[in-house]
Amino acid sequence: MIQKAGARKKHDLSQLIIPLAALGILILFNLIRGIAIGDLGFFSITTRVNNDGNTVLSGNLISIIDDASALAIIAMGMTLVTAACGGQDISVGAVGAISGAVFVKVLDAFGLDNISVLSIVVGLLAAIGVTVIFTLFNGTLVAVFKIQPMIATLILFSCGRSIAYMITGSATPQLNDKLINAIGKTIPGVPIPTPIFLVVIMALILGLVFKATNLRLYTQTVGINQGAARLNGINPTVIKLLSFVLLGVCVSLASMIQVCRLNQLSHKTLLDAIEMDAILAVAIGGNSLGGGKFRLAGSILGSYIILMLTNTLNDMSVKPESIKAYKAIVIIIIVIAGSPAVKDKISAFWKKMHNNSRKAVAGR
Amino acid sequence: MENRVVLAKELRAAKTKLQQDVVLSMRGISKSFPGTKALNDVDFTLRKGEIHALMGENGAGKSTLIKVLTGVYQKDEGQIFVDGVEGEAHIHSPQDAQNMGISTVYQEINLCPNLTVAENMFIGRTKDIRVHWKENEKKATEILNNLGIPAQANQELSRCSLAVQQMVAIARAVDMQCKVLILDEPTSSLDDKEVQMLFGLMRDLKNRGVGIIFVTHFLEQVYEVSDRITVLRNGELVGEFPIFDLPQVELVARMMGKDLNDLADLEEIGQKKTAGEKVVYEAENLSSAESKPFNFQIHEGEVNGFTGLLGSGRSESVRAIFGADRVTGGTVEVNGKKVNITKPHDAMKAGIGYLPEDRKRDGIIADLSVRENIILALQVMKGFFHPMSRKEAEKFADEYIKALKIKTASQDTPVGSLSGGNQQKVILARWLLNHPDYLILDEPTRGIDVGTKLEIQKLVLKLAAEENMSITFISSEIEEMLRTCSRLIVMRDRNIVGELTGDDLNQSSVMKTIAGGGQ
Repeated sequence: MIQKAGARKKHDLSQLIIPLAALGILILFNLIRGIAIGDLGFFSITTRVNNDGNTVLSGNLISIIDDASALAIIAMGMTLVTAACGGQDISVGAVGAISGAVFVKVLDAFGLDNISVLSIVVGLLAAIGVTVIFTLFNGTLVAVFKIQPMIATLILFSCGRSIAYMITGSATPQLNDKLINAIGKTIPGVPIPTPIFLVVIMALILGLVFKATNLRLYTQTVGINQGAARLNGINPTVIKLLSFVLLGVCVSLASMIQVCRLNQLSHKTLLDAIEMDAILAVAIGGNSLGGGKFRLAGSILGSYIILMLTNTLNDMSVKPESIKAYKAIVIIIIVIAGSPAVKDKISAFWKKMHNNSRKAVAGR
Repeated sequence: MENRVVLAKELRAAKTKLQQDVVLSMRGISKSFPGTKALNDVDFTLRKGEIHALMGENGAGKSTLIKVLTGVYQKDEGQIFVDGVEGEAHIHSPQDAQNMGISTVYQEINLCPNLTVAENMFIGRTKDIRVHWKENEKKATEILNNLGIPAQANQELSRCSLAVQQMVAIARAVDMQCKVLILDEPTSSLDDKEVQMLFGLMRDLKNRGVGIIFVTHFLEQVYEVSDRITVLRNGELVGEFPIFDLPQVELVARMMGKDLNDLADLEEIGQKKTAGEKVVYEAENLSSAESKPFNFQIHEGEVNGFTGLLGSGRSESVRAIFGADRVTGGTVEVNGKKVNITKPHDAMKAGIGYLPEDRKRDGIIADLSVRENIILALQVMKGFFHPMSRKEAEKFADEYIKALKIKTASQDTPVGSLSGGNQQKVILARWLLNHPDYLILDEPTRGIDVGTKLEIQKLVLKLAAEENMSITFISSEIEEMLRTCSRLIVMRDRNIVGELTGDDLNQSSVMKTIAGGGQ
């Protein structure tokens, strides 16, 4: 126990071992399968010309990362809420539908045939504003009224899509516009899909926030021991509300990406069931769903793992109807591998190996 | 046993058998963890019907020895013999230990507060799917009466006092036919009267032939009930002593492995404790949701204390000062200026620091690193938008880890994995780093070893003498408070009933004032 006090590691990657290993195994699996069937198409990245006449990169890996964008962004917000409140917001899909409805409503007000940078910016800001009001509603129930997050967010989970319907009416507006494609697909001249950049930008923004503020320290402190946090001058209510605000921003951005990718708004299907994938991404990323310490990178990796899994199964021509069952099996394995019980066993095993090797050395 | 043949057989197997009155014998126990040898060739013998105190500082190996015995850890080397078990006892799990008649009652009571006393005594013990509550209740009542425990079988456990809960846990263990009863810090949350109740029960069990291993930090209590003491230091056996062969001073010396120079040092600094003229903090009619209105002031460089029995309101008073509970009234002046303290952050801004009574619940952020725990309060004072650089944080942490001699593998070690004394030092470091004018320490020495206790007392006196810090020091050990405080505020039933200074600072006047016999 007594070692030198100054010893330190710059980056503690232990939390990322499970997601990195899962990703590695998935890649390895596809590699072996590719060699076995003599087709490494899974890994090939080619260029093609899309409908708008842009040269873009295409291939499984690109589409995995691209498809995971909305999920990755929501997972970041979910990570913060999970860390601060020790619970999850299950209304993100429904609130995302509201956000999308507001976004499209604003575009409509400017004229759907006449979409400009201005209308998109105003639309996004309005969407963020409205979404944050809704996530703050959740946040207030959780932070002020101390209702369990899952119960508190069940309310908007059930009625969010109705609210979205009331905003848009029954219409499912089509958005066919260059600017919309530039957000949801690619910007002319740039071969990489825009959503990938948006994930990077969101991660960078949060990274900067962590750098410039004490958000990480406070969030973790509140998540681990809110009573002690208060005695050290931190206001747990404010920190929890803040996590819901940031989740709201993430949901709005993800919702905009999804609307632009699909070129349409459907209050029924927009970000459908994304809450479960987002929670899963947080868990696969090695974050405790009980709150406390967190790694955003883990959750982002988790999102890519989920999408890569779906994509791999697609590639193996598993029927879409049965994909979910296969997915469940793999996810059970990943979650169990990252569970405290297994972690303890593994670390005990390591210790034993370590001791044995030391004994062997000493015996010589 | 009278049978000669059996006896002869026993003699033949002398090495693997126990002497007649011995219930437990541990021989040459060693246990290593990566980087440390927690136990090195330790012997321990427990006889029938004795109370055997296991003593040692934090890190001496007491808990490791207990955990080896209860099957939580596996020993690396050594042998364990238990009465009634043929040959060597192989204990691989707590269940094994239980089956051999070894029961443990921990400091934190491991019972279900919302079940009844009887339910708690029998839960998880039958393999029968059906539960015979009526029968159990009857049986429980019998046991409780038998042991003289003042609880009703059908009473909800949470409605019993902590001491009675502790006793119910013991009753449960005893009813499971235990031969060896391990009591790990059973008295740390009990007041004097409750401790006496518990001791009564312990003596009763002793007379029934149960061997009791008593682990505690309270020296007086050891001398009150124990028959024998085994002292460990740094994972090694110092020795086993009958209680009358080892005076208290010598016990401390053996536990620490040195003479009591430290105590002498303390007295020396103790001479210098003089309060300055300036009033640093003054409260008038301060009250909170948990405390009645009271007046209080503290001078620059003064060390004072709140004393009284558990529940007398001493902790609630300082919590009101720090704004930890909801403040309901009163005026507060800090350094002559009126301030409004309604939450801890206000108190911190006014230059007040507070080390809470319950280290685990209110103090440490267990999963965060030692470094993050140390800088927390200062970081909060700097503000949300002014995070410290990593370098700065490392420098501060390094400085205080060295200054307070915090034993930790690194700055990045989660504070929850440190020993109790070191966790306490981390929280102390957190507040010292913040350089408060007025520091409140509520039970800073509770549940930590003698060496660290002295270190903390010394530090308190030094801070007051050299840095003119005003300090309120609360401890359940009156002796400790007499050694450090120049003024004692005595509380009873949530009221301040007396203030002792000068010649009145002695054990008997404190006791008298607490008891209400001072008038």
